[in-house]
Amino acid sequence: MLLHPGVIALVIGSGIVLLLILFASATGIRIINRWDIKSSSEEQLDLERKTYLISTLVQYTLLFEIISLFLFIYTADDMHNILAGAMCATGSFNANPYGFPALYVKVISLFISAAWIAVNYIDNKAQDYPLIRMKYKLLLFILPLVLSEYILEIMDFRGIDPNVITSCCGVLFSEGGIGIASSLASIPVVPMVIIFYSLFAIVIVSGISVIRSGSKFYTIFFALVSGIFFIVSIASVISFISLYFYQLPSHHCPFDMLQAEYYYTGYPLYFSLFMGSFFGMMTGIIELFKHIPSLSSVIRLIQRKWALIAVCSFALFVAITLIPIIFLPFSLRGY
Amino acid sequence: MSINRHFNILDYTLQSLLRRKFKNIGIIIVFTFVIFITGSVLLLSYSFKKEAMLMLKNSPELIIQKTMAGRHELIPVGISSEIMKIPGVSKVEPRYWGYYYDSLIKANYTILASGESLSANNRLLKGRLPGINENNTAAIGRGVSEARFLNTDSSISMQTAGGRPMDFWITGIFEADSELLTSDLIVISRADFMKLFGIPEQMATDLAVTVSNETETVVIAKKILSQFPDTRPILRSEIIRTYDAVFGWRSGLILTLFSGALIAFIILAWDKATGLSAEEKQEIGILKAIGWETSDVLEMKFWEGLVISLTSFLIGIILAYIHIFFFGASIFAPALKGWSVIYPNFKLAPYIDFYQISILMSLTIVPYIASTIIPSWKASITEPDIVMRG
Repeated sequence: MLLHPGVIALVIGSGIVLLLILFASATGIRIINRWDIKSSSEEQLDLERKTYLISTLVQYTLLFEIISLFLFIYTADDMHNILAGAMCATGSFNANPYGFPALYVKVISLFISAAWIAVNYIDNKAQDYPLIRMKYKLLLFILPLVLSEYILEIMDFRGIDPNVITSCCGVLFSEGGIGIASSLASIPVVPMVIIFYSLFAIVIVSGISVIRSGSKFYTIFFALVSGIFFIVSIASVISFISLYFYQLPSHHCPFDMLQAEYYYTGYPLYFSLFMGSFFGMMTGIIELFKHIPSLSSVIRLIQRKWALIAVCSFALFVAITLIPIIFLPFSLRGY
Repeated sequence: MSINRHFNILDYTLQSLLRRKFKNIGIIIVFTFVIFITGSVLLLSYSFKKEAMLMLKNSPELIIQKTMAGRHELIPVGISSEIMKIPGVSKVEPRYWGYYYDSLIKANYTILASGESLSANNRLLKGRLPGINENNTAAIGRGVSEARFLNTDSSISMQTAGGRPMDFWITGIFEADSELLTSDLIVISRADFMKLFGIPEQMATDLAVTVSNETETVVIAKKILSQFPDTRPILRSEIIRTYDAVFGWRSGLILTLFSGALIAFIILAWDKATGLSAEEKQEIGILKAIGWETSDVLEMKFWEGLVISLTSFLIGIILAYIHIFFFGASIFAPALKGWSVIYPNFKLAPYIDFYQISILMSLTIVPYIASTIIPSWKASITEPDIVMRG
């Protein structure tokens, strides 16, 4: 199935990302080995110039990764027509064992490249580039991710055979099935609602404490809770939030809400969730760099800013989930 | 404050692009052309798909054909009462259709016997359909009427299977709106159809089965197949799947053939971005001397790429839209439509969505931007003193 226009676009896009990261990593290895801020040799000057190139490359990589993630979901959704039994993106992801892993790796590499840009941003705030080695080691970590993403994607599309009967979302997320996705859907709604909203309250309170006091305990705690909240939110989307969006007690698909039929509500929903979780987790991660003298005051300011962004994004996310619950006539009370 | 900085850099970029009009217009023209071609292929194949889906929505869930030695055969109407007995089947209707080769204009017509389901949507008809038992009358498609210079109240002559001429009085002509479906169509009564093609009584081309609950279609198809092993049940979903795969495959094929041009364009973009003129180098040198940082120059280059690619993208996609939906895709239609002598001359319903736009962006803007990253960085690390010394 490699001749589908969406597949061609994805394979070209991921190939370009792979090339960019490959080039950046090759240069990164040189920086890890040869970097010496005190030296004024020609090589050091050259390396300092190369840092600009690498940060530009990673920034574009992130941009392309975002486009390619949505394109991947869209292509999966578009392909459900040619797969017997598949009714939406979930069915196409499920058509062979590489679909979901490819999606997961895409999300992870999106997070990691965003984290790289965040670390780079902090590093550039200090005069002596204290994080430079750590930064380029992180870059070397992106390379295998992008590579496996490329391979998984190609395996997935090669493996999609238009005649295979796949389980569509109606089967995959139905309560009787086995596997992670279906066990999420079968989580009883009431406990899930309670966990979701109480965790949201904890996230908001801890976020506000980070903004106000900024002690080490709060930031680490906030980062942890943000991470957990991300997972709980995805589980809640599958378990009950999607039901309200589709107004159907049996439709658990997390991808359909990206479609025009549901007014593209998935985009602001997932965007705010990703933003919140990313900035929430990053406030805790950069706590590790606070001991570096040239960074400690900068990090304090950045932590407050990022915690604020995270809290606002999470609030927006929950507000979006509440819109159909409050304003649409659908109710889960009978279930 | 910081937003203003970006605006100022963008403002400067636009000024500097305008100063080098000819070089940039050259890139924009080529880029626009690339986007126009790619966009046309995508828009056309997706609107064909959409059109096919809309048409198939009203087709029966299940069609039963008889096969003999692997070929499509006439089906005895008698088995429809057997099929009716299967629980879940709400209606079985025999269909009579076929092709007629007209040696006068060297084209094939699609001949259809009027049945119940046809008379339901005769809004698309100027005049009326022949009645089920009304002999020697026909309703024809616009393509047929234009090819044979026919109007209502004139007659068309066809040759029966036995070689005798048969005249049909035209009672109606299908409107242009339905041209995709009806351009080469001739609707006649059932009795005339049997006479024209010499089909034995109690035989039909195929059977259309209506199923009350669509999710049961597969089970019913299986039951029919086990009861009548010489038949071939065709599900509507299978037809949809095939259309989808065929259009996806065809447009993918054209895009692949076209990739050579895309690569040529990327090489051009790389070359243009690498070959900085002395004037441009001097400009960057001066900028750096008056306090611009490397990251500012990089941002300027980013804006430059964005302005060029978005301008080309918008022009290209608007041109593609006009080409497909106003001029009927004159360049690509033959490759995607298939072949026939009486081409339906139709206007496609405009259909464009985020998906096509994001495919188009990944195919064109992403390679362009990626190919200019390294040249822009090379430009941005220019040392002011070296440049100004010449």
